[in-house]
Amino acid sequence: MRADPAEYKFVSPGNLQAVLSLLASEPAQWLPIAGGTDVMVLYSAGKLPNRKLINIWNIPELRQIEVFPDGVRIGAACTYTALRKHDIVSREFPLLATAASWTGGIANQNRGTLGGNIANASPAADSLPALLVYDAEVTLISARGERRVAYRDFHSGYKQTALAADELIRDISLPRRFSEYVSHARKVGARNAQAISKVCLAALGQIANGTIRDVHLALGSVAPIPLRLNETERALTGKKIEPSLIDTARKSLVKEIRPIDDIRSTARYRAAVAGNLVSEFLEKLAAAGANA
Amino acid sequence: MTPSPGTNAKCEVSFTVNGEAKKLLAHPMERLLDVLRNDLKLTGAKEGCGEGECGSCSVLLDGMLVNSCLVPVAQASGASIDTIEGISAHVLMHPLQEAFLECGGAQCGICTPGMILAAVHLLEKKPEPALAEIREGLAGNLCRCTGYMQIFEAVAGAARRVAK
Amino acid sequence: MTVHHIVGESVPRKEGWDKVTGAARYVDDMILPGMLYGATVRSSVARGKIRKITFDPSIAWGEFVLVTAKDIPGKNCISLILDDQPCLASDSVNHAEEPILLLAHAERHKLRRAVDAISIEYEPLPSVHSMEESERRFTIIWGADNTFKSYLVEKGDADAVWKDAAHIVEGEYFTGAQEQLYIENNGVIAAFDPENGVTVWGSLQCPYYVHKALMALCGLPEDKIRVVQMETGGAFGGKEEYPSMIAGHAALLAIKSGRPVKIIYDRMEDMAATTKRHPSRTRHRTAVSKDGKILGGEIEFTIDGGAYATLSPVVLSRGTIHAGGPYSWPSVRIRTKALATNTPPHGAFRGFGAPQSLFAIERHMDRIAKVVGISPVEIRRRNFLKPGQTTTTQQVIREEIDLNHLLDRALKLSDYAAKKTRFAEENKDGMRKKGIGIAAFLHGAGFTGSGERYLNSVVGMEAGADGNVRVLVSSAEFGQGTNTVLCQIAAEALGLPYENVAIAQPDTTVVPNSGPTVASRTAMIVGKLLQSAAKGIKETLTKTGLLGNDYTPEQFRAACREYIAAHETLKSYARYEAPGDVYWDDEKYRGEAYAAFAWAVYVAEVTVDLTTYAVTVDDFVALQEVGKVLHPVLAEGQITGGVAQAIGFALYEKVVWQDGHMINNQMANYIMPTSVDVPPIRVFFEELGNVHGAHGAKGIGELPMDGPAPAIVNAVEDAIGVRFHSIPLLPEDLFEALRPEPLEQDAPFLTRGTA
Repeated sequence: MRADPAEYKFVSPGNLQAVLSLLASEPAQWLPIAGGTDVMVLYSAGKLPNRKLINIWNIPELRQIEVFPDGVRIGAACTYTALRKHDIVSREFPLLATAASWTGGIANQNRGTLGGNIANASPAADSLPALLVYDAEVTLISARGERRVAYRDFHSGYKQTALAADELIRDISLPRRFSEYVSHARKVGARNAQAISKVCLAALGQIANGTIRDVHLALGSVAPIPLRLNETERALTGKKIEPSLIDTARKSLVKEIRPIDDIRSTARYRAAVAGNLVSEFLEKLAAAGANA
Repeated sequence: MTPSPGTNAKCEVSFTVNGEAKKLLAHPMERLLDVLRNDLKLTGAKEGCGEGECGSCSVLLDGMLVNSCLVPVAQASGASIDTIEGISAHVLMHPLQEAFLECGGAQCGICTPGMILAAVHLLEKKPEPALAEIREGLAGNLCRCTGYMQIFEAVAGAARRVAK
Repeated sequence: MTVHHIVGESVPRKEGWDKVTGAARYVDDMILPGMLYGATVRSSVARGKIRKITFDPSIAWGEFVLVTAKDIPGKNCISLILDDQPCLASDSVNHAEEPILLLAHAERHKLRRAVDAISIEYEPLPSVHSMEESERRFTIIWGADNTFKSYLVEKGDADAVWKDAAHIVEGEYFTGAQEQLYIENNGVIAAFDPENGVTVWGSLQCPYYVHKALMALCGLPEDKIRVVQMETGGAFGGKEEYPSMIAGHAALLAIKSGRPVKIIYDRMEDMAATTKRHPSRTRHRTAVSKDGKILGGEIEFTIDGGAYATLSPVVLSRGTIHAGGPYSWPSVRIRTKALATNTPPHGAFRGFGAPQSLFAIERHMDRIAKVVGISPVEIRRRNFLKPGQTTTTQQVIREEIDLNHLLDRALKLSDYAAKKTRFAEENKDGMRKKGIGIAAFLHGAGFTGSGERYLNSVVGMEAGADGNVRVLVSSAEFGQGTNTVLCQIAAEALGLPYENVAIAQPDTTVVPNSGPTVASRTAMIVGKLLQSAAKGIKETLTKTGLLGNDYTPEQFRAACREYIAAHETLKSYARYEAPGDVYWDDEKYRGEAYAAFAWAVYVAEVTVDLTTYAVTVDDFVALQEVGKVLHPVLAEGQITGGVAQAIGFALYEKVVWQDGHMINNQMANYIMPTSVDVPPIRVFFEELGNVHGAHGAKGIGELPMDGPAPAIVNAVEDAIGVRFHSIPLLPEDLFEALRPEPLEQDAPFLTRGTA
């Protein structure tokens, strides 16, 4: 444990207004901490630059999951366990529920939150590709009011997000229109549990008469941000799935991604495996189309 | 916990541990693990990694399995905490303890408190777990000695015992 | 005296209840009044001269205890074999993380800032970071030629085998560093007062190693050093020699401050700074007959010892002796060396050189099979050692070991033949390819050759007036079941219930030196000595007429009560006596290397996923002949734990080095198997007995480390037909070997270089 607790300020107002108030009066000073599964690791390693923390674990507005006819609104401080347990989330947004089951072991799922995953903005985060393919929107709040940002616009660069210095993520909205889609998720890590992903795919597709009607593809760990594969989707939409199309997808994907060599893996491996995962999905989609 | 005025001073934190009310002074960012071990002398929870990977610090916080090395004590304010020392009163404890002893689930013992708590947590949610569910339930608890085989046996054995 | 069997039963673990209730006391659970916390300031460069040390004035240094090399009362070295390793660097450093200064403070949390506030300027010196660089000797970093130790083993005429060889098979095999990753980090508490000297409580395997090292370091006599082993949370060799260093540091701080000092490493420091398994390179050149019999060959085995010798000579020795595997070599020349590099010194880790050289021979046997055109099973059958034949050191195999039978049984248990056929068929389609591979091996238990004679182990036994008996040994429990097994042996030897025998906490003021808890020697050798000590207790009582030759536990209790009333204590000691017929030539490295070999055949079933290039072990069969199974549950636990650790060695555990630093020194990035990664590990035993071990037992603690890695890599070759010769074998390595069509023209990022 390489930090001295005496050097840290920690406040816990217990209500949203007070939290926003403090963030407004001292912007960029207070680091919100929910379940702490990212913040506390940095802290323990003596690598947390922030000295002031504000507790948002106990803010009730942030922990709801609300279901509407056309969408689901997930409070930012909902834990992965809560996501996995929620009936609608696990049935209609299986990619998110699956990603939640991949994030650490049970103890970390009980504390880690979706909002924390987003705000921490690691390109290797497990849930973020799922949010991208589900066309998520995030509600950002501050003392000034609230605004909605399409999640695909939330990350601008490595660990750079749309969050203003006085803002907090309040919830994540997912439209309820993917129940009929074929979904596929796969995470490739160094082991089967408790692994930071080397490559992570979330994919949704709709196929009719052998033709791809709609396809959403997102990858983690292949760029400075979680990446929605817009170009590759364009290249695939309206096409028939056949080996040459899968080849096209691979070539397009390789142009869109920006993987690196790092302590866990290599750029070449990530690129190749990403292509394999998309290929695997397209075959699954084709098979689903054939069985329809 | 009384809302801190934002100073670096220690503040009063209250919670229940193993059914007993505790009140103490701590810096809010003290790790719950360190408060349990150093202030409350409950040394059953161990530090194996300090990064939430090994699970040897596992405790139950309001009935939820958590890594206590990742919990600032201020967030435990008002909570009900169960550690290995108090878990003996739990209805699952004796079957699990006996099973661990019979099956060889504990070798060096350092992962054992966390492992048993993870097993208690699992069996509460899934009283008759399949092997795959046992594996998943314990995936956040690393054991370097056993290769896990005898731990799986112990948990399955305890589940059967309780079922009877 | 009724014969009641305790040995061979799965009796309750002696300290088991404490472990499952959280009552077991590890060193960090202990606090002493007035205790300070210690921390280590370490080198940030791999090799250099220390030019300047600056203490940032922002820290109130007056509050801290500071120790430098100048404060060392005795010799500035960690005494082990060659005594070349300083306790604290004074004018130069030879590896990253080398300890330079020590700090202590009453508040644990204040230390990190203080450590970071000390800046050290170095004049860098050329450094060596690989075995290849070291043996080239362009830069000499140790001794005259960067070589800690070398051995030459010769049998028959290795030069004459080539002309008649139908095949000459060559291969080069590599194993990487591996971190022991005990879940409890290294830790120690030391206290000093002028009257009693230094006392150390620690997480350790060898109290008397620490005792010897502290004598030299502190300049104190034998009776002024006391070492106590606390409950130890895993060791695997990582706490064999390293504790002498951390204990030395705590002792120096305790001496300087007059207060007890606790040093507990966090995971990052423990991984970066302490010992790991020696990386290895083995080169085989083998002359093989037309029908696949080994005529002879040359084996070159090299290990990377890091910056100081520590245990490298002994690791090299074991690797050397095991390099030929369980096969008959009519002629062989084995040349081995341990080299210096500017890396934190490598050290003991379960297997101790054998997993490295056995990986090579077991991969090489599959290679030979391919060249000759026969199966991996058949090549082994044709070369297995038989009773009456000799090993590479010319030790005669005296026991009736039948390796063909062991192989047959392992193949049957793993359904090898059917699976091999089925996989070959199933592999025609799909992205998941299955394979099955075998490894046959042996593991010598106890110290090599005259080692046990040199150790000269002593055990003690003490009976109380209540008839309870205490075992007095320095053998440490760290999960493997020492406490339990030794009490079983003692209880059965005395004819007492298991509950009436306890074992003393290893404390050098209480227990004699029964040798280090290493080399798979404890049950076998220390156990056997306890049988002699038990005899001593019985003889004392029978000689005084207090006890008959047959007795009940009640009669034993009464006899003890009477004896102790008259004589105050009832103790018996037994000292190791080398068996008369054991012959070992330390110079020619020839003769009876080990008192006993355990034998094994392991079978690994794998899936290679061509989507992710990941290898998963789906099923594992571990069959071994171990002399006698003293405690079925404990024995099985040793095998499953060792197999899991070896699966890590083969497929997951890579140490990533950069400029001589381990940079993946966190559990998030150093990957050991979790509960969802291990296959079903199915364990089976055979028992041939062993004249040198208690109840015929052979050592088994390290055996399971030797087989899994080659079995797995053999299975991968079976699955996809690609030969790998280096571990850890990661998905990235498989990918590079299988590489689909190059993507270069479509991948601008690849030419941009790394981030």
